[in-house]
Formats: sequence, structure tokens, C-alpha cells
Amino acid sequence: MSGFDNFWAVYSNLVLGLGINSLLALSIYLTLSCGMLAMANAAFMGIGAYTAALLTMNYDTPFIVSIAAGMVAPAIVAFIIGKPTLRLSGVYLAMATLAFGEVVRIVVLNTESITGGALGLNGIPQQTQWWHVLLALVVVLLVLWRLRHSRIGRAFESIKEDETASGLMGIDVGAHKMLAFVLGAAIAGLAGTLNAHLTFFIGPNEYGFDRGVDILTMAILGGINGLTGPVLGGTILTLLPEVLRGFADFRLMINGVILVLIVLFLPKGLWDPARIRNWFGKGGKQA
Amino acid sequence: MSATLELKNISRHFGGLKVLQDVNLRIPQGGIFGLIGPNGAGKTTVFNLITGLLPPTSGSITFDGKDLAGTKPHIITRSGIARTFQNIRLFKEMSLLENVMVGMHAQLRYGNLGLLTTSGLFRSEEKRARERARELLSWMKLDHKADDTADNLSYGEQRKLELARALATEPKLLLLDEPVAGMNANEKTELMHEIKQISARGYTIFMIEHDMRFVMGLCQEIAVLNFGRIIAQGGPDAIRNDPQVIEAYLGREDDEPAADGPHGIVTDGAPSAVAAGVVPTSVPVPGAQA
Repeated sequence: MSGFDNFWAVYSNLVLGLGINSLLALSIYLTLSCGMLAMANAAFMGIGAYTAALLTMNYDTPFIVSIAAGMVAPAIVAFIIGKPTLRLSGVYLAMATLAFGEVVRIVVLNTESITGGALGLNGIPQQTQWWHVLLALVVVLLVLWRLRHSRIGRAFESIKEDETASGLMGIDVGAHKMLAFVLGAAIAGLAGTLNAHLTFFIGPNEYGFDRGVDILTMAILGGINGLTGPVLGGTILTLLPEVLRGFADFRLMINGVILVLIVLFLPKGLWDPARIRNWFGKGGKQA
Repeated sequence: MSATLELKNISRHFGGLKVLQDVNLRIPQGGIFGLIGPNGAGKTTVFNLITGLLPPTSGSITFDGKDLAGTKPHIITRSGIARTFQNIRLFKEMSLLENVMVGMHAQLRYGNLGLLTTSGLFRSEEKRARERARELLSWMKLDHKADDTADNLSYGEQRKLELARALATEPKLLLLDEPVAGMNANEKTELMHEIKQISARGYTIFMIEHDMRFVMGLCQEIAVLNFGRIIAQGGPDAIRNDPQVIEAYLGREDDEPAADGPHGIVTDGAPSAVAAGVVPTSVPVPGAQA
């Protein structure tokens, strides 16, 4: 048992990081599965983290209330910025949401009296337990699984493939895009809240462009044609820096290389059931 | 109940280009109606206007007594109009069954929140949707491929799947945009049979088609569109013998000598070196003194 205690003492943050990064990957999976390249998830994570941390620190709110606020706040912001930006498609949506992310970062930097500016927030109570993260991940997976196998999941997929045809099937395209965006923001906020109450400190630069690309890389690496992919991608990208500790300075470069290689050679990500079936099918014939 | 589609004085301009001018059409419930016309006559634009993809420049479209002006496409679909596309627009990476189930979106009676809470209703509705989707696929004789992805289908099968998907929205009026384009003779005959069956089941059908044998064999009434105007309307026989329609399709016999004045190279009457040089002297050219 003491062996496990030792392991946990050293690696608990890493293990909880797996869950949090998986949540982040799932948050961008939602918008990607609807055919939208929205890059605001790092910002939504930040909005959730700051909202929850400020509530906990200033008003001593129960953790569950902080978590709820950390999900609702980014969802509301997503709804407001979604109204004008979700009309955009493709790279224009990516640009608009990236710009929004920068706006959030700069606002946090310049509201020192509330957010602590560049110094960030220090001394956030460490309230996140391992089972919080596990429970959050399980609940999110269950909700997304049900969504995926319902008319909403089919609507998302049809919108990804052909928006016009999808509308002519009686699907309210705008409302479904908004749903994916807002729900993604809430999940990102949940991840941000759990993370903030784990790491003791948060600062504005944690939620910038780098984090946005990280989140995207996790989802693309794992694959976005199911729920397994994002979790797998989140897991790999959390473990990779530990395995390649010697190359710490090149972490972002390695992430970039991974993104390029995946897009070039495995456009459907690592978790691609059709390809895996293919492998086994071929193996079976040879045997 | 009469779900009549009515287009009144519909015009649609793209900039200075008048694609449709004062089009009047009435599609009563029941039966098969055709819209024919040469390429570029504006036929698909008519469908785009009806389904709300484009707003008309002027005029009104009513369906089932309701004005469709300014209505979003998904609302128009829910009011009972479904369509297929000239250039097939399937959800290619989804299975046939899923493609058809997407069309049933608005008929599933669990709410967006109910789907997380009401397990029983969710399951029974999803089951009903799957069964209905299989039934529609079987109408098109595609049920044996229900779990294949749509991009594995042949061209003719893709058109049939589009039809099944359109039927899944439970329309009163079905708009078919060139349903047999690119099909071979066998597939055409088969589809003709299937469209007759769909019509017999009580769906009103309004189709754009180039294949005359197909249109004449199926439609009770045909409208002919040329350069954005309806030039003729009536039964297949009337259309086949209408001089204006023959002209639109085959062209006027231009080389008959006109009763007065010259034809061929027409100069403006002034002596022109080109006209004088090129045109043989035996042909009388006014103004060119040989």
C-alpha cells in the first residue's frame, strides 16, 4: 500500500491532469463534431477557472457552487459571442475565436484589482479530489455518449457534412451549432475550475494561444469520430512531456510536429475504428 | 385538407440577371407534376425559392395556406416540403440508416433535455425511427445496405437514398431535382416504377427532369420554363405539340428566307468594305454596289 501512496504523492497531479486534459479535448470535440473549428476553448477554460477561483477565494462558496459557476459563466459568454461569430465558417470562425481568446487574456491582464493581472491568482484552496475529476469525466462522457446516439448527434454530424442539406432535413442548423459551442464552453469551464482548485495558482498566460493549440492537438491526435479519441489524445499529450522530460524545452515544437504528422498521415486520428477493423480483418485473412 | 403550393408573380434577379420573371405555378395536392426547360432556364432556382434557400426578389409563395416568405429552410421542411438535389448531397460518411434518420429529426418526440432524463421515451422513439428508416429504405430497395456508408453506393443508389431521406421528413410535397440524371435505362425504369408507388401512397410530387420519356410517362401536368418565364403548361400531349415548346427545345428554323429584307450577314445599310469584299456579288447586298 505504501508503494501506491508513494506513487500517488509523486504522480497525483499527473493522473488528475489526464482527466482534466481529456475533458478539454472533449470540449473541442463537440464543436469539431459539428464541423466548426472554434479555437476559444482555452479562453472558456480561463473564464471558468477565474470565475470559480474568485468565488472560492472571495466568498468561500462551497466547491459545488464554484464548479457550477465555472461552467455557467463561460456558457453565457459563449452564447453571447456565438450569436455573431457562428455565422462564420472554416478559417474565419477560427480567426474570430482566436481573437476572442486574446481579448479574454488581455482583459484578465488589465483588471489587476480583480484578477491579479499578470501575477495571477495565488493561494486557491486545493479542493479538487481525485474523485471529483473522475466523476466529472464519467458524467461528461455519459452525457456526450447519449447526445451522440440521439437525434442531436446525428444533426451535428449532418451539419458537419453538409449544412444546406441538413437544414432541408428540418434541422435548425444555427441552434445546433450554438448548442455545441455553449456545451463545449461549459465543459472547458469545468476543466478550468477543477484545474484551478488543483494547482493552487492560475495566471492569464495559461489560457492563451499555446493552450488553445494543445487542446486542438489532443482532439485531432486522438480522433474526433467518437468519444474514445479525445480521451486517448488527452492522455497521450499529458504523458508525453513526462516521458520526454529531457526535451522539455521543445514541448511546443513536438506538439506542432505531432499535429502536422497526424493531419498528413492519420487525418481521422489515432482512434479510427474503421482502420483498426481493417488491420484486424487483414490479419485474420493472413492467419 | 389541401396542401396546395402556389407561386404568384415570382421574380428572382441575380444582379442584372433576371433568372425568373413573373412565374405563376399552382401545384394542387395529389399527382405528379413536371417542370421542364432548357439548361439555364431557372428550374433549380424555382426549387431553391420554394425551399427557402433563396428569397424571391418579388412575388409570393404559399403552401398549405401559409406564406413562406422569409421562412427558414428547416421550418419550410417541417411544414411538409422535402426535396432532393440535382448534384446529390448525401451525408457521405454516415450509414444509409443514419442518413434517413437525420430526415426524421423533427419527428422524434423527445426534447433536447428529455433526451438526458427520459430513458424510456428516448429508447422507444429511437426504435420507431430506426424501424421507419428501414421501411423507407425498403421502399427504395436499399434496406439490405442499411449499415453501409453512403459513399459506397452507386450513383443510381445514391439518388434513391436521397429520395428515401427526403421521404423521412414526412412531406406532403416532394420536390425532385432531376431524379434520373446519370442513371442508365434500367435504373430509370426502376425509379419510374418507384416514383409511381410513392405517388400512389399519397405524396404529391413535383419534379424537374430533362429525360422526356420519364417526364411524359409520369406527369399529369407539365410546365415549361424558358429564359425565366413559363411558356406553356398542360398535359403531356399538349406540351409535346406546343409550338413554343418545340421552338425552345429545337430552335426556330432560322434559314427560311424572310418575306422582306435580307438575311444572313446584315449590314447596317452603309457601304462596308468587309461586306462588299466578302459577300459574293450575286447575292444582293443593299448598299454594296458591285
